[in-house]
Amino acid sequence: MAQRAIREYDGKALFSKHWEKYFSGFHYGFKSVLVSSGDELRKKAEEHGFEWLKQEPLVAKPDMLFGKRGKNGLVLFKDKKPGDVSLEVAANWIDEKISHPTTLLTGQHGTLTHFIVEPFTPHGEEQEYYISATTVGEDDVLYMSTEGGMEVEEGWEEKVTEVVIPINMQDSNIDHLVRANAPADLPANKKESFISFAIDFFKFYRDLNFAYLEINPLVMLDNNEMAILDLVARLDDTAGYLMEDAWGKIEYPTAFGMEDQSEEEKAIANADARSGASLKLTILNPMGRIWTMVAGGGASVVYADTIADLSGNVSELANYGEYSGGPTTGETKFYADTVFDLMTRFKDPKGRGKILIIGGAIANFTDVAKTFTGIIQSLEEYAQKLKEVGVKIYVRRGGPNYKKGLKDIKEAADRLGLYMEVYGPETHVTDIVRMSLENGE
Amino acid sequence: MSKLFTKDTQAIFWNNNRSAIQRMLDYDYTIGRETPSIAAIVAPTSGAKFDKFFWGAEEIMIPLYRSTPEAVEKHKNADVLLNFGSFRTAYDVVMEAIELDGQFKTIMVTAEGIPERRARIMNQAARDKGVTVIGPATVGAIAPGAFKIANIGGTIENIINSKLTRCGSCGLVTRSGGLFNEMSNIIALSADGIAEGVAIGGDRFVGSVFIDNLLRMESNPDVKYMILLGEVGGTEEYKVIEAVKSGKIKKPIISWCIGTIAKHFESGVQFGHAGASANADRETAEAKNKAMKEAGFYVPDSFNDIPATIHKVYEDLLGKGIIKTIAEPEIKLISKNRKARNFICTISDDRGEEATYCGIPISKVATPDTGFSVGDVMSLLWFKRRYPKWAVQFIETVLKTVADHGPAVSGAHNAKVTARAGKDVVSSLIAGLLTIGPRFGGAIDGAAKYFKYGYDNNLSPKEFLAYMKKQGIPIPGIGHRIKSLRNPDLRIVGLKKYVNENFPSHPLLDYALEVEQLTTSKKDNLILNVDGTIGVLMVDMWKELGYDDDEIALFIDAGALNAFFILGRCIGFIGHILDEKRLNMPMYRHPWDDILYDVETAEI
Repeated sequence: MAQRAIREYDGKALFSKHWEKYFSGFHYGFKSVLVSSGDELRKKAEEHGFEWLKQEPLVAKPDMLFGKRGKNGLVLFKDKKPGDVSLEVAANWIDEKISHPTTLLTGQHGTLTHFIVEPFTPHGEEQEYYISATTVGEDDVLYMSTEGGMEVEEGWEEKVTEVVIPINMQDSNIDHLVRANAPADLPANKKESFISFAIDFFKFYRDLNFAYLEINPLVMLDNNEMAILDLVARLDDTAGYLMEDAWGKIEYPTAFGMEDQSEEEKAIANADARSGASLKLTILNPMGRIWTMVAGGGASVVYADTIADLSGNVSELANYGEYSGGPTTGETKFYADTVFDLMTRFKDPKGRGKILIIGGAIANFTDVAKTFTGIIQSLEEYAQKLKEVGVKIYVRRGGPNYKKGLKDIKEAADRLGLYMEVYGPETHVTDIVRMSLENGE
Repeated sequence: MSKLFTKDTQAIFWNNNRSAIQRMLDYDYTIGRETPSIAAIVAPTSGAKFDKFFWGAEEIMIPLYRSTPEAVEKHKNADVLLNFGSFRTAYDVVMEAIELDGQFKTIMVTAEGIPERRARIMNQAARDKGVTVIGPATVGAIAPGAFKIANIGGTIENIINSKLTRCGSCGLVTRSGGLFNEMSNIIALSADGIAEGVAIGGDRFVGSVFIDNLLRMESNPDVKYMILLGEVGGTEEYKVIEAVKSGKIKKPIISWCIGTIAKHFESGVQFGHAGASANADRETAEAKNKAMKEAGFYVPDSFNDIPATIHKVYEDLLGKGIIKTIAEPEIKLISKNRKARNFICTISDDRGEEATYCGIPISKVATPDTGFSVGDVMSLLWFKRRYPKWAVQFIETVLKTVADHGPAVSGAHNAKVTARAGKDVVSSLIAGLLTIGPRFGGAIDGAAKYFKYGYDNNLSPKEFLAYMKKQGIPIPGIGHRIKSLRNPDLRIVGLKKYVNENFPSHPLLDYALEVEQLTTSKKDNLILNVDGTIGVLMVDMWKELGYDDDEIALFIDAGALNAFFILGRCIGFIGHILDEKRLNMPMYRHPWDDILYDVETAEI
């Protein structure tokens, strides 16, 4: 649960949905479509209400959470000259883009799958503005500039006006504050409407629980017509239960270039979503030698830290994850099955044995013996495979019923012929990492 | 405030989380607290008045309330709120508690995933009122030897092993609750335990941050050195660095930020808590560890070296005499064989040499020289305190007044018929008692209830009559077969005389008499009868004795008024039964000619 990015298209849809409530003095057309192929775009153009796709010149660009699309050459706005992109040209361009992988200037690498297509908006540079809002420390900050577009980040200090808005400020005071701190170089004929839009924008950002919201550029056309040419938005997803109606069904896409989750990671994520307990798994290096099965969010981090520090080579660490919050025996077994399955697929390329860390801090209220029951069941199933990759297992745990848990798991390992060392709270939480590495050389 | 909690600190626990509460009470008992650390529980959906918990091997009752304001009303001294509401309700609970000005000094919030904006609003509101918020998303805090929040420290065995039963020398602040336990264990193994510890919580926006807690610990004389376990993400650790540089913090600090792993991975892997992701270089664990080291903190080379660092600092302070060796106090171990009681008794106790009534041995109330009459004993056993003389004598007056009303009333008649059937005293008495109810004797309850309602709601006598008419029932306690204002019931005259001379005040009687003026103007036998008089006077008595409306309503609902009638009338019933036994009359059969038979002949 955290701040999560949404697509440009979804952000604009939110603006459109709430436009009358927040921006009643302005107009916004919301002519946008989100498609995954040229064909889909062509089909969309046949639908009622989307005739503009055939009638107007278009702009197309990927909508996959990454920025600087212009600099990456991924904004289609001209065929021969700016503003002449037809439906067919856009559709063909999209089909070409999805046919091969793309590498961004940042090095992010992947295949483009989602595109936003909109009408081309002819306008002058003087009509472009910048506006965004986010949380800095405990306060909200509204950023405004009379210069929009890609260049705003260069010379940020001079170009952008910041207004710090305390969390508990009354609406009327916000109005005064924004008004008093509006950019000094606003042209006289746009001043009033920009300030009024900025105030509306902030309230929209605040009330809809955005964590970050940026329009760049915002184009102020005549007759209070607003064009949102580019938009970046992150939502605070913990507010989801308050925003069911306001947000509607919203998607949180994976960042571009992040390899899509493996089947195993997805399976754990699904189990996590269905459970009251917490189950997390990220595979860092499927060929890695050291595998972890750690209880608790904090403990999982210190194990990862320590393995990286003490092994001197982070690629040794195969996975990161945690189980906590009182998972059932079945859930723990499923989690262990997944980890054991992954770690027994490959032998260590250097011929060394693998290391399994079953770690955890001293639990507050989780019954250790109970959670170990699921791990023991899984060990029984995977004993043969674990032996084949030469696994040495190191266990460290404390908390309710830990003595029984350690005794049970050690007995099971002995019975199954698995190498295992067990430690309780008298041993420092991460010291099994040191022992395992010293023993493994 | 140099200390978060003392041995006298008491909390209100929001949500009846029985296991967490029991762990607090077990801790209290183990460290020898005199009072439980929980004064009251807010259980919004429970109808119960209290819940039972163990106190050592014994049991105690902790009162339950439906809302925080109700709990606060009765427990002004409880200045800590332990908010165990879910992420949906926790915010409202905090905001309501903050509004109770001056009540809470500390509010702990356990819920994880409160919307960030709400968390910020609530944290700011608390700061504005000088309330310390611990959390959200935390297991809490502990002042060893004084007060422990909920589950922090884990099991009682772990608490004892980690020396969390008495004050040590270290001030500990962590984000994570799981690692808090781990750290207190390490500190016990490598040094002498902690003096005060707080897990500030894993969410992005928490109420009290590292610096708030460390500044308090700086001024806490029990804290000799501090440990800060930070995390990747955020800039809170830099505030601590500033405080050290500016000299606001002078005590040694051992520190480590977890999440050094994050530097190895671009982004997208969320290591640990919601608050734990670096948005800038200075927010990485590496950068923070480096900055703290440069500022003179004791920073180990890796998490695995923390125990050695702690031991070194501890030995150093011990050598300098800043830390003294602590004598381990005696610990009261809790018996493993404790059993929840199925029955509770709060009025008498027969376990000692002599049975007691509310703590007073029977021999001290029984004989005339003790000054206790039967009314005194009734007030002890029925209402758990000795009433003043005017009230005791009133109770006795009531008993004497209702003792009997001749053989013809239904109860006495039933008792007599049963006795004549050859049954024993108890069967005959029960047969008589079973007639007592809404039509016989029950008017006392009804009169008390309705007249109290009219009076409490400021209904004029006229409005009261209209209200009763709307209810569709005759007014209980009004009306007599033959008596009227001109021909008064002398029992009532006597009662009124006594009350006028002895009751400090009797507003409900006065109200009922106003109503009587109105009813008798319609029909002259619609007087306030003896049941009505007793009913309203009982309420007057209780009001005068300081009971509040809820308590009086409880008495009425429990049937305490009827109980006076039942007890009094037993005297008369037993009289009639004994009378029958003496007369030895034969079995009674009701004469046919007194029954109207109207049974149709069946076609067979």
